[in-house]
Amino acid sequence: MIRLEGLTKVYGTFVAVDHIDLEVPRGQLFGFLGPNGAGKTTTLRMIAGILRPTAGRVWIGGDDIVTNPMAAKARLGFIPDRPFVYEKLTGGEFLRFVAGLYGQDGASVEKRIDELLDLFELAVWKDELVESYSHGMRQKLIISSALIHRPEVIVVDEPMVGLDPKAARLLKDIFRHFVERGGTVLMSTHTLEITEAMCDLIAIIQHGKIVARGTMEELRQQTESGDVSLEDLFLRLTGGAAARELAKILEGP
Amino acid sequence: MRGLALILRPKLLTLRTRLRQERGGGGGKVMIVAGVGLIFWLAVFGVLYRVLRYFRGVEDIGPLLASKLLGLALLSFLSILLLSNVITALSSFFLAKDLDLLQSTPVDWLHVYLAKLGETLVHSSWMVALMAVPIFTAYGVIYDGGWAFGWFALVVFLPLLVIPAVIGSAVTLILVNVFPARRARDLLSVIAIGAAGGVVLLFRIIRPEQLARPEGFNNLLDFLTVLRTPTSPFLPSEWATQAVMGWLVGPFDGLPLALLWSTAAATVVLGAALHDRLYPSGFTRSQEAAERFVKGWIWHVLLDPILGRLEVARREFVIKDIKLFFRDTTQWSQLILLGVLVVIYLFNIKALPLFTGERVPFFLVTVVSFLNLGLAGFVLSSIAARFIFPAISLEGRQMWLLRSSPLDLRALLWSKYCTGTVPLLVLALVITVFTNVLLRASGFMMAVGIGTIVLLTLAISAMALGFGALYPQFETENAAQIPTSFGGLVFMMSTIALLAGVIVIEAIPVYGYLRATFFGQPVRLTPAMLLGFGGVVTLCAAATVIPLRVGLKKMESFEF
Repeated sequence: MIRLEGLTKVYGTFVAVDHIDLEVPRGQLFGFLGPNGAGKTTTLRMIAGILRPTAGRVWIGGDDIVTNPMAAKARLGFIPDRPFVYEKLTGGEFLRFVAGLYGQDGASVEKRIDELLDLFELAVWKDELVESYSHGMRQKLIISSALIHRPEVIVVDEPMVGLDPKAARLLKDIFRHFVERGGTVLMSTHTLEITEAMCDLIAIIQHGKIVARGTMEELRQQTESGDVSLEDLFLRLTGGAAARELAKILEGP
Repeated sequence: MRGLALILRPKLLTLRTRLRQERGGGGGKVMIVAGVGLIFWLAVFGVLYRVLRYFRGVEDIGPLLASKLLGLALLSFLSILLLSNVITALSSFFLAKDLDLLQSTPVDWLHVYLAKLGETLVHSSWMVALMAVPIFTAYGVIYDGGWAFGWFALVVFLPLLVIPAVIGSAVTLILVNVFPARRARDLLSVIAIGAAGGVVLLFRIIRPEQLARPEGFNNLLDFLTVLRTPTSPFLPSEWATQAVMGWLVGPFDGLPLALLWSTAAATVVLGAALHDRLYPSGFTRSQEAAERFVKGWIWHVLLDPILGRLEVARREFVIKDIKLFFRDTTQWSQLILLGVLVVIYLFNIKALPLFTGERVPFFLVTVVSFLNLGLAGFVLSSIAARFIFPAISLEGRQMWLLRSSPLDLRALLWSKYCTGTVPLLVLALVITVFTNVLLRASGFMMAVGIGTIVLLTLAISAMALGFGALYPQFETENAAQIPTSFGGLVFMMSTIALLAGVIVIEAIPVYGYLRATFFGQPVRLTPAMLLGFGGVVTLCAAATVIPLRVGLKKMESFEF
């Protein structure tokens, strides 16, 4: 459903994403992991059509995001990590506006808005300006906006940040149901327990390159690890097991 | 004082980095900004130099006139500073992003107060301070102030900046304790802009230029009495005037200077005491989000019949833009100033000494009506710079949504162009038709005026949008700051070039018309006329299409 071929992004002399090839099959929940600054967000923003790749191609359901952006983007719902929305619109108005961007309006959209706001317990806030929403409420609103046009693919960057446990659980259920019905989710997250529990496939990116990919079992085989957790695998692959100085730092001088 | 320096350090480092980045962007940018600044300074200096030289030549009342003029200028500065400090203090004391950090660390409250007061003062006063330079220079040059006058003027001017900064901050502090900060911001924007508009309007309607015409008074004694009487002996601007004129024309008196500095010091002490008492409760209140349920359906009822036929994305975009504009007090409140500007404009046209009882010279009316096109174009450019130029920049934070959705960027540009151009066009037509009616211009000039202003509006609006896309300011949240950027300057310079081009080309057919009417010949469309009008149409069409195309191309290359 999502196919990346030689995807590269260079900022000046810094290579943020380095020739990534990746395939996310239809009906799968794909976890995209990596340490801070590894190139996850840049990759996702290129898939969503926000950034132009320096080289390489991105296909969403067979449509190239650069040469045929309208068709590719119509299939896609993007959830960014930072919830910037129009502060002076109400939640309901924002969702109506987003539906309009996808060419949808009328009674069906109104019904969908009510359904989504109900689902995320934002119905009582429907007519209130977004400027008074909390971070978590904004995140819920953005997730609703990504679902308003019934996308085939959801690309999501750090979805759990700012969500309360109830909303986080709801989001997990939504993603699970979404893929069971044939939808595809590409999710970047730092919450390894969620990835381990939810994702069908996982890719780990470091320094702009994919260093491992596959199911949990395949990752264990690739790294010749025994029955270890994803956290141990992740630290082994990204070389980040740096708890050694912790006690020293936390102690006084 | 180490604590104070520590709080100010990040701001200074940010400023230094920004200046370095500006310099790194090429010397051209700095040269253009410096060049325009210099031209402005020279223009202010030149006008004032001539006026003061004339005053100096008038015995007895010359220094009095110069003093009155300085008093008026400083009083205007004081009013502007007071209003601007009230607004700025709200951002720096209550809405700034570094406040959470400052509040959660063991920093002395007095240091926070002084740092924030300094920040407020700099942000709200730099423009006025720059404006004061050519004014004081002209006074110094004309009255032979000597090399030390520059330093003396600085000593006089500094308390004039401190006093309104402290009072403005104190007013804001009290207001925030009464209203939540967001509400207070809305309220303040309206009050401040309304007050500024009122002051400007009042200042214009009392026609200060009449002061320079003693023949309007019953006798010389009345005139001298008016000149000698200070505007108010309790105003710091008056003390500053007395100090400066005392230095320049004598006799020098130290009291005004002592009054200025002691008042400034006293206000700082009182401001700090007030801050100590009210800031904690005010800051807490400012964190409360205003509950605001709005009735968005009204817009749909109003706009759906008009926009119903548009494609969904375009319609929703236009509705969204209109809602955002009218819900943002800092945006729509500037319409008050706009209204004042238009009234003053029409008032000035009416006040022109064209109809003084003698036969109205047809030639003069036609020329004024024609040149008025350039002036109206300039007014429209300023309005476009304020309202249309920031349109693309304001989408910056939401660009993730626009770029990840199947929205055609042409639809976005089209919506922005329409929402900007339609009101501008209405305004352009009101200004042109009214001024031509006031001037009693001929049918030919009315037609030329309407046709040209429509073409100019279409071009100016497109240029504002195009330059706004070429020089976006995605990090700026305040729309009012965006036009003051380098891009805004380039836009204004380009529109002035366009206006000059149109006036020069159209002078050919207007001259033909004037000539024919003067010799009593029938007005015919000559090839020269057609060429002139054709040239204007071509120029305006190019100035409409090219910026929109360039802007669209630039938007397609935006990365976030």
